[in-house]
Amino acid sequence: MTPNPSLTYQELLLRLQNFWAERGCVLAQPYDVEVGAGTMSPDTFLRVLGPDPIAIAYTQPSRRPADGRYGENPNRLYKHTQLQVILKPPPADIQEIYLDSLEAIGIRLREHDIKFEEDNWEWPVGGAWGVGWQVMLDGLEITQFTYFQQCGGMDLDPISGEITYGLERIAAFLQDVDSIYDIVWARDPKSGRAITYREVRLQEELQLSVYNFEAADISKLWEHLRLYEAECQALLDEFRARFSPKAEKSAERHVKIHDRLVHADATPPRDEDLREALQRFPVLGAYELCLKCSHLFNLLDARGAISVTERVAVMARIRNMVVGVAKAYAAQRLGAQQQEMGAA
Amino acid sequence: MPDLLFEAGMEEIPARMIAAAEKELTDRIVAMLGRERLLVDSHEVHSYSTPRRLAVQVSGVLERQPDVTERMTGPASSVAFKDEKPTPAAQAFAKKAGVPVEALEKTATPKGDYVSATVTHRGRPAIEVLGDRLAAELAAIYWPKNMYWRAHKPERFVRPVRWIVAMLDHDVISVEFAGVRAGKQTFGHRILNGTQPVVIDHPDDYVGALEAAKVTADVALRRHRIRKALDQETRGIPGARWREDTALVETVTHLTEWPSVVMGTFDREYLALPEEVLVTVMRDHQKYFAVENPQGRLEPYFLAVLNTHPEESGVETIRHGNERVLRARFNDARFFWNVDQKVTLEVRVEMLKSVTFHKELGSYWDKTQANLRIARGLADTLSERGVPLDREALIKAVGCARTDLTTELVKEFTELQGIVGGLYARAQGLGETVAQAIYWQYSPAAVEDPIPPTVEGQVLGLADRIQTMVAMFGIGLEPTGSKDPFALRRAANAIVKILAESGLPLTISDLLCAVPSEGGPEIREKLLAFFRERLEFYLRDVRGFAYDVVNAVLAAGCEDVRDAIARAEALAAVRGSEDLAAISAAFKRIKNILRQATEKGIAAGATVQSNLLQEPAEQALCAEAEKLAPVVEDLRRRGEYRHALERIATLRPHVDLFFDKVMVMVVDEIVRRNRLALIAQVLSGFSSIADFSELVSAS
Repeated sequence: MTPNPSLTYQELLLRLQNFWAERGCVLAQPYDVEVGAGTMSPDTFLRVLGPDPIAIAYTQPSRRPADGRYGENPNRLYKHTQLQVILKPPPADIQEIYLDSLEAIGIRLREHDIKFEEDNWEWPVGGAWGVGWQVMLDGLEITQFTYFQQCGGMDLDPISGEITYGLERIAAFLQDVDSIYDIVWARDPKSGRAITYREVRLQEELQLSVYNFEAADISKLWEHLRLYEAECQALLDEFRARFSPKAEKSAERHVKIHDRLVHADATPPRDEDLREALQRFPVLGAYELCLKCSHLFNLLDARGAISVTERVAVMARIRNMVVGVAKAYAAQRLGAQQQEMGAA
Repeated sequence: MPDLLFEAGMEEIPARMIAAAEKELTDRIVAMLGRERLLVDSHEVHSYSTPRRLAVQVSGVLERQPDVTERMTGPASSVAFKDEKPTPAAQAFAKKAGVPVEALEKTATPKGDYVSATVTHRGRPAIEVLGDRLAAELAAIYWPKNMYWRAHKPERFVRPVRWIVAMLDHDVISVEFAGVRAGKQTFGHRILNGTQPVVIDHPDDYVGALEAAKVTADVALRRHRIRKALDQETRGIPGARWREDTALVETVTHLTEWPSVVMGTFDREYLALPEEVLVTVMRDHQKYFAVENPQGRLEPYFLAVLNTHPEESGVETIRHGNERVLRARFNDARFFWNVDQKVTLEVRVEMLKSVTFHKELGSYWDKTQANLRIARGLADTLSERGVPLDREALIKAVGCARTDLTTELVKEFTELQGIVGGLYARAQGLGETVAQAIYWQYSPAAVEDPIPPTVEGQVLGLADRIQTMVAMFGIGLEPTGSKDPFALRRAANAIVKILAESGLPLTISDLLCAVPSEGGPEIREKLLAFFRERLEFYLRDVRGFAYDVVNAVLAAGCEDVRDAIARAEALAAVRGSEDLAAISAAFKRIKNILRQATEKGIAAGATVQSNLLQEPAEQALCAEAEKLAPVVEDLRRRGEYRHALERIATLRPHVDLFFDKVMVMVVDEIVRRNRLALIAQVLSGFSSIADFSELVSAS
């Protein structure tokens, strides 16, 4: 390998963020509720709904309790970090921009082998799927590239392009280390001392593996799940009661065919107060409760506390909530858009 | 004569879909040119594809459609002309035909004189016709999975279309699809040629221009280059060769535009892992070719097919990167292997209680218990029939067969289920018989796969599959049409194949009887019909018997697979004989007579009464049949089907004479009943090997 002035982990992060900021992305902060993947952040899962264009990038620590290895496995983590880019609608040269981003982190493409290999993505609990590729760099999967097609069971229009970089993998590749824990996270500018991923994160991997696999109190986890679910369900029930299923249904229809929005026949509430109430309604709060449930489910799964029959049933319950939130969100966005149109 | 070039450029098409799409686009364009009368007989077609493009080149396209002259017939002359003057009817027809009234002609037809017109349709220029048609042919390609990409636009395609080249000689054809207008610009290799367009001057330049832009458009050429590069790279290791893998060659051919190969190495210590695991990691996960020595044993090398010819320093970088990835993968596999050994397969049996087989049918533990009961039953049957079998090993194998579903290695490499169980059984000292039986349990998965090599493995395979089938049919999950979510056809095919090729003296009925108290007579009937279909498939498609031979044989019994094969072989060997063809015709006639009699409510006698036989011909047939029947039956019982069939064929002169001289449906009821009884007896007496009436005569 050529002597590599390889980036530290944090430089990698900064470079990528700068790269996408320069291309018009809003840099969001990691979402502060536990998620299993960057896609589950509302900045992706909810923002891909509806017609509003977006360009957003954020890093997202993603927790997968069952993947924990007590810090002993050099390739697997309980919590790994993704850099997530969402572009709606996706520009025609999205692949070229992506390849430029690799150059920006010091990968000279002419010296490497890059392939886009078919890899479709789906999250059945979110009623979401897309088609795309895994991007292979010298045999290593470094990115998942997806054109979102459906979310919350609703067809998307416009669709979004999603680029998910696996940061630990890319850093280990750039630095040519065999263990994630040997990644240089940062270098002291004065002494040049390397601070490794091990120093920053090993303790967390170890202790949370212990918690996830051994210590988490199963009956309390179930109790938490029940409470979060009940609260989320209550919010969704209230939403339906106040804004009628009609609003949701019409949103569902119109998420797909944007042009018809102007001539929407089944419009959301006309009454001014009710419109405002619709915009104030804490759909995002309900979504956070869904995320809590999803994480608790993963914890219970890691604890081996979910029997197969329960598994199917609990997943169906969470799906119900997540899809319900997505529909409510779409209805809310539709309402907001019609308000804007009315004002204009 | 102009050449046509049509290329659709897009984002990377899934490798598995490219070959079919290239063919479909080519077929569509050629068919369209044919429909539009734009093709000369001597035309030549070339098609190309890479991950980023589908292209078709046709030489021998007409510049314009030929004019077509057609005679249109109008109203009757008497209507069109009154007193030699054109009527409004004549004028309307002339207008419709686009000719002046004076140009109308008269045509004599059998129905009288009619007016007609000779109409010439001017052919349109090819470039216009193609402009109207090409986009639709592209849009019509079938893709297993489509996507939307443009906002508020309806088009769906496998991936976004980014450019189109459509040219007739030097001219651009006006084509637009998904907002992309055709031009002369294509693009070369993503990295090596970048975003700089490649301008095509003439369709003939297409391949050369792309080659200069680091794209080999021709699939066969790319495949050939990959094979040569694999040979070349392997040559550096004395005595080594890359392991042939046609499917993998196809995949990498469709993943690359400008392929080259690098060889990498891995630490010899990984060779301690089972070869199956190493090969799965290399082939399925990394798309690498394995390298073996002349004895077929793995060597610590691999070959990666790249989509680039890297600059010098790049080769090392890429080799190093690929080695790094493989090392991590092998480490994972070894880690899982070691972790899995901490809990033996026998201890894992309990863990199957939490692995669902089917939500209505319970867990794999429940299934295992059911499998055990069936396996014990089959073992009893086999030992009664004198088949030596290690009963203890069989029971152990059936008990542990599915436990590898709980291992980390199978969770990581699901395609290795069964194989991993077998390897673990061996590593854990369960004995070679147990290990072999578990290892081969999913074989045959496809018709061309071998059956398990040991009796214990065969019985395990039979017991597991028949349990699944009976249970699934029992809750109404039998396959319908193209839907077979539980792969029950495959399971039944495997059962048929094992019964056919193992030599085990077991029939389908034996298997069904071994499944205790499951289903009822109705389920049993359904299953028997299902197996009959699968056996039919096996005899026809795997063994290559003619369909009428198969029908004839199965009509005489379809529960004993091996016996059905033997009968089919015998019948296929003798069916060409004239005598048998005559017998077949006669038996068809007998069947028809009997059927008509039944329809008319005319009963046959229960037995033949020889004193009622009047004609010498019927006496002779009866005597011959009675003489032959025990001989044939004896041969049949001994499985000498060919001899039996040859003996049946000797009945021909008597049968022929009978139908020549004797009338069956005579008025005299007593005689008639007796003759019906005679032919019924002949039919039933000689149809136990095959129902000859099913045979289709060569003429």
